[in-house]
Amino acid sequence: MRLEPIAAPSFGRRILPPALAIGATFVVAALLAMIAGGNPFAVFGLILKGAFGSKFAILETLNSATPLIFTGLAIAVAFRAKLWNIGAEAQLYAGAVITVVLGTGALSLPAPLMLALCAIAAMLAGALILLGPALLKTRLGVDEVVTTLLFNFIFLLFVSYLLEGPLKDPMGMGWPKSARLIPEARLPRIVEGLRLHWGFALALIAAIAVWVINTLTTLGYEMRAVGQNAEAAAFAGIPVTKVILKTALLSGGLAGLAGFSEVSGLKGSLTLDLSPGFGYTGIVVAMLALLHPLGVVVAALFVAAIFVGADSMSRAAGVPSYLADIMLASALLFMVLAILLTKFRVRRD
Amino acid sequence: MTQKEKAQVVLRLDGITKRFGPVTANEDVSFALHRGEVIALLGENGAGKTTLMNILFGQYTADEGSVELFGQPLPAGDPRAALDAGVGMVHQHFTLAGNLTVWENIVLGVDALSTASLKPAAAKARIRALSERFHLKVDPGAKVGRLTVGERQRVEILKALYRDAKILILDEPTAVLTPQEADALFATLREAIASGLSVIFISHKLHEVMAISDRVLVLRHGRLVAERATTDTHGEELAALMVGAEVSAPSIAPANPGAPLLTLRDVTTPGAGSAPGLARVSLDLRAGQITGLAGVSGNGQAALSDLISGLIAPASGSMELHGASPKGWSPRAAIANGVARIPEDRHKTGTIADFDLTENAILETYATRFSSRGWLDWSGARAFAQKLIAGYDIRCPGPDIRIRLLSGGNMQKLILGRVLEGAPDIILANQPVRGLDIGAVNYVHEQLAKARDRGAAVLLISEDLDEIMRLSDVIHVISEGRLSPEFARGTMRPEDLGRWMAGEGFEKGHTDAA
Repeated sequence: MRLEPIAAPSFGRRILPPALAIGATFVVAALLAMIAGGNPFAVFGLILKGAFGSKFAILETLNSATPLIFTGLAIAVAFRAKLWNIGAEAQLYAGAVITVVLGTGALSLPAPLMLALCAIAAMLAGALILLGPALLKTRLGVDEVVTTLLFNFIFLLFVSYLLEGPLKDPMGMGWPKSARLIPEARLPRIVEGLRLHWGFALALIAAIAVWVINTLTTLGYEMRAVGQNAEAAAFAGIPVTKVILKTALLSGGLAGLAGFSEVSGLKGSLTLDLSPGFGYTGIVVAMLALLHPLGVVVAALFVAAIFVGADSMSRAAGVPSYLADIMLASALLFMVLAILLTKFRVRRD
Repeated sequence: MTQKEKAQVVLRLDGITKRFGPVTANEDVSFALHRGEVIALLGENGAGKTTLMNILFGQYTADEGSVELFGQPLPAGDPRAALDAGVGMVHQHFTLAGNLTVWENIVLGVDALSTASLKPAAAKARIRALSERFHLKVDPGAKVGRLTVGERQRVEILKALYRDAKILILDEPTAVLTPQEADALFATLREAIASGLSVIFISHKLHEVMAISDRVLVLRHGRLVAERATTDTHGEELAALMVGAEVSAPSIAPANPGAPLLTLRDVTTPGAGSAPGLARVSLDLRAGQITGLAGVSGNGQAALSDLISGLIAPASGSMELHGASPKGWSPRAAIANGVARIPEDRHKTGTIADFDLTENAILETYATRFSSRGWLDWSGARAFAQKLIAGYDIRCPGPDIRIRLLSGGNMQKLILGRVLEGAPDIILANQPVRGLDIGAVNYVHEQLAKARDRGAAVLLISEDLDEIMRLSDVIHVISEGRLSPEFARGTMRPEDLGRWMAGEGFEKGHTDAA
């Protein structure tokens, strides 16, 4: 048995990998559910019900998908230009920190201005966080995988310091937690009485915007060219370094928006558990979406549904909700394998 | 050698058919190779030569048909089996590990590199002996990543010889050798043939085919369309068989040179790897004239090409375009100054393989011609791509086809169209026809001649001396970064140029002065 390259994969073959990866993931999850003493079909039924079974469940899933759409887009934008941004976690927290700095009473503005200011500041903060590693890459050839990954830990410790020090809520009973945002800095709910906040709509707009940038603008063309063949791009006169820096700004900005959306739309204040690894989960989301911005929305909904559904499933069936983490990890691994199938065909001799 | 020995069949292909999706690369191909025989395999690009050889070498599996080596059926899809049976292949695209040395590459796959039984000194000595015997000059201790294209090919040939190949498949082997080196290779190949080696020789150069082969097989659209004994045929017939029609090389009218459009004075550039930079090069590219640059690969052609392309600037000396020094030299500045650039490697540098034809067509002009306020004008871009397809005879299903699916010739036509559409007056053509079939070669040459006739200054860089001598109005030879004086058309014989290519005739101490 061996692999033979395929010159022109058909559309069916291109959407095959996500389908295969998800299928294989469910097989693995079914086996684990059985080992844990559950009936796999009942377990999946409960996950599905937990994720989409009621209006409350659906809104919960959409809320959970929101930060994943932002970080997934951040990763997809960067990876497409072959900028390996593993630092969306730090960029997300940077966006959250700046939102809290501006939105807890330091400024007094009407709600629309306040929200716009916080969102833009969060984008800038996230962008600046990635600009450093990007400059190190373009100027000195430092590997951005290492710098962005390690910077996550540095920045989280910095946030920890802020929450114990300058940003600590004086009314917080000693918890490492920021003060609450003033009402003008809170993203309202899309429909009054329902828990879904405007961050989700913003995420959808961001996905469409990235898709438009990718397909219709010179910047998108340049980013794709640099990602696919930097040598040919440079020869043709595309300013490769500039394009990488612009990509970094866009990617970091999207991750920064995730932090803004979570603090302003959902939590109302900053704590160290704001993100349970959205920056890393964003990598899975982007890979499942094959780096397509609209695919990111679908992938983020899938991932969020598994997490939300698994939570409620574990309460009902007694199967640990770790199942969700395993499903996510196996989805990524199967995806990487399945991507091979778009490029190669297995031949049996 | 007796008639009986000669008749021994070492390799037999029977009814080989290979399809890639809807494309049939080989259809019912059958032939036999005898001991001590040289078969030349001729065909246009995309005719299926490389696919056929990859099947023989076990890299592809045929859909139908069988391969027999020395009377034994060859297990399909196993390169190891072909290697063990004594088939050595020198690929057109090299298969060497750049981070290993020459001798390590050569013994790789024969001996395990890490075992104690490996004797580097013995291996190196054997490689030295082989390289001396076959005139394949290369240092066994050098890192392959630092070698030039020409040297790498020598390593590939040595690799096959080191393994005592009984059947040698050579895919375009002479493209990067000087005439003298090629002659030496032919002489020693003949020697090896006399001692029982069989050779399959893939080449586009008809005179080489005529010189070295016993039999010629012509492939067209994947089928074997003709088989000729070399003594019974001639170049024109073979060319016609290849393309299915009579072809004529473009006739080049005398030049009408004008003022220099690009001038280099005492330009020096740093070298890259083991390839030298330019050493105090002075050069005039005149309007309405094709200037040919001959030389063995890796003697500074890359530096000159990078310089004119805008990728590097002179370290010292001056460069003038249209009589003025350009400010801020870059690829964009080069394009803006009317320099058309046809890069040496159309796969790596000239195109983006996974971009479609339209996206590749606008690679140099998207910012200036097809965008407004950051938005790309896709309908304009597609129209431009359609225009190139029609105007430059690019054979393809349409402007949405991904470039990696085009043949080399069509890829090159796209690059030609892309750079010539703006009516540039300085044209840099670096190896513009390497690996192309005769039809595409003539097309590219005609386009260059046409550009010259409308007043463009053309610099043709090639390692193919025939091409240089046929096309160029004046010729320079480059050797170790030094440029020879200018020779007018018809004043030099190939042997004379060959001597310059080997580094003779240059002033002593010229490089030291730089």
